[in-house]
Amino acid sequence: MEPSKPTRKAPLDWYWTMGWLVALLAVCVLPLLVTNPYYLDVLIRIAFNGLAAVGLNLLLGYAGQISLGHAGFVGLGAYGVGIATATYGCDPFLALIVTVIICFCLGWLVAKPVLRLKGHYLAMATLGLGLVVSIMLNAEEAWTGGPDGMVTSELSVFGFAARGETAWFRISWILLLFVLVLTRNLIRSPAGRALRMIEKAEVAAQVSGIDTMTAKVRVFAISAALAGLSGCLSAYYSGFITPNMANIFHSVELITIVVIGGAGSVMGPVLGAIVVTVLPQALADLEGYEVMVFGAMLIAVLLFAPHGIASLFSSRRGKRL
Amino acid sequence: MSFLTVENVGIRFGGLVALADVSLDVTQGEVYSIIGPNGAGKTTLFNIISGLYRPTSGHVRLDGEQITGLAPVKLAKAGLRRTFQNLQLCPSMTVIENVMVGAHLSLPHGFVQGALRFASLRRAEQSTCHRCEELLDFVGITRVDHSRLAGQLPYGAMRRLEIARALAGNPRLLLLDEPAAGLNNSETVEMAELIRKIARSATTIVLVEHDMGLVMKVSDRIMVLNYGRTLAIGTPTEIQNEPHVIAAYLGEEDPQ
Repeated sequence: MEPSKPTRKAPLDWYWTMGWLVALLAVCVLPLLVTNPYYLDVLIRIAFNGLAAVGLNLLLGYAGQISLGHAGFVGLGAYGVGIATATYGCDPFLALIVTVIICFCLGWLVAKPVLRLKGHYLAMATLGLGLVVSIMLNAEEAWTGGPDGMVTSELSVFGFAARGETAWFRISWILLLFVLVLTRNLIRSPAGRALRMIEKAEVAAQVSGIDTMTAKVRVFAISAALAGLSGCLSAYYSGFITPNMANIFHSVELITIVVIGGAGSVMGPVLGAIVVTVLPQALADLEGYEVMVFGAMLIAVLLFAPHGIASLFSSRRGKRL
Repeated sequence: MSFLTVENVGIRFGGLVALADVSLDVTQGEVYSIIGPNGAGKTTLFNIISGLYRPTSGHVRLDGEQITGLAPVKLAKAGLRRTFQNLQLCPSMTVIENVMVGAHLSLPHGFVQGALRFASLRRAEQSTCHRCEELLDFVGITRVDHSRLAGQLPYGAMRRLEIARALAGNPRLLLLDEPAAGLNNSETVEMAELIRKIARSATTIVLVEHDMGLVMKVSDRIMVLNYGRTLAIGTPTEIQNEPHVIAAYLGEEDPQ
């Protein structure tokens, strides 16, 4: 996390670059080795959850602002592309880009009044936001198909259709890896330091010349856009969307991912997404008891690694991944 | 020509008058101390000057310009920096990163520039990093500590780190809120030297402090506050011999 020195690169930087390249290689090679589409499906869902969680981590883990309604933006993203393509026949790729921009703008508009609140009040306000979206998606049957959900079209980019698990695995993970690089750069830049200072000492940030309100609003908008992107992609991938993706349980799941993985670490949301996506599947054999075991494991993580799984990998001097 | 002027400033919180009709003027390059018993309104006055509170009455001017009630961000742009009595650091950032936060305004701080790591940003970061390392040397934090997390520093070093962060903004006016609070004797002596060193670099300093030894050693002029009112203004020797001040601190002598 330290700014790069002209003379020698910090070892952590080197590990990170190597790890990233290995991951990129794995994304290219893995579909050749893993032929079972079920495993690929799980990996794709990890990437989708990861994308939304990376955005939420910027807001919650770095800037220290909670949102209990981020699944609302996932839902808006999903229904945005769903309605635009299936109902109005728009170009899927264009619809995706416009929807993400709309999520960004909505996040911006909503953040301005809401981020004046702090702590529990902010939690309640964002909870309300998520509920509004969830209720709207359920109620506006003419647009959304109501609780039954709606069928979406498939994603095609300049005539190339994204079809099958292999293609989606590559799309989702390359996007996630790309977003991770941007996040890491941002966090180490002046803007990122400003966010981290806002979390720990907002007044000190202000007297240092940081416009804390603008920074918070921006990071909220970015996290809304990433949640929207995650929603758009899962809508195209699964071909069928329901209002459940916008409900409170999904919002809580996103927060769980960030906290379990490690709030305020770049890799945390990915580790969290792996655990929270894989564990319920892996425990499915326990027939009904899997929720209990899952809950117990989450408590264990919080007891023994209160800063999340990523903190277990941090170096002796306490720097995070 | 006075650099910082406070004119008849008053502030009340509900029915409580925290400051009444306080005036002071600080000349450029001066070390001006505000002292007084607990609850006299020293920190309140600081919070008014640094834009955290808006005074109920009166004005504050910096270099002739009206700054009353301006937001802290605007004041930072005008060249005012401050430290805090209760430390305001980010313990999960490294020491050098904490100092670089102080240079926020002189760096390109856009989100897009940051995420894409523009070459211009990398260059600016590098030179700022060098300058901040020199500032840490200046306040006396050793090089091995620069890449440690701020939360791992000893308490006295955290106090100096806050000053380094304030200096990173190249302040014209530096407000130090109890920089020696919690320091032991030798650390307090070092702090006094540091304050004199900063003053020599032509930065105007306003200081709130309880440690009288330090105040008398570093100040050019001193203002004594008591119950939100000005009790006396003068040089350290004048203040030490001022009967009102002695009365406020030690209690009045029995008229018998």
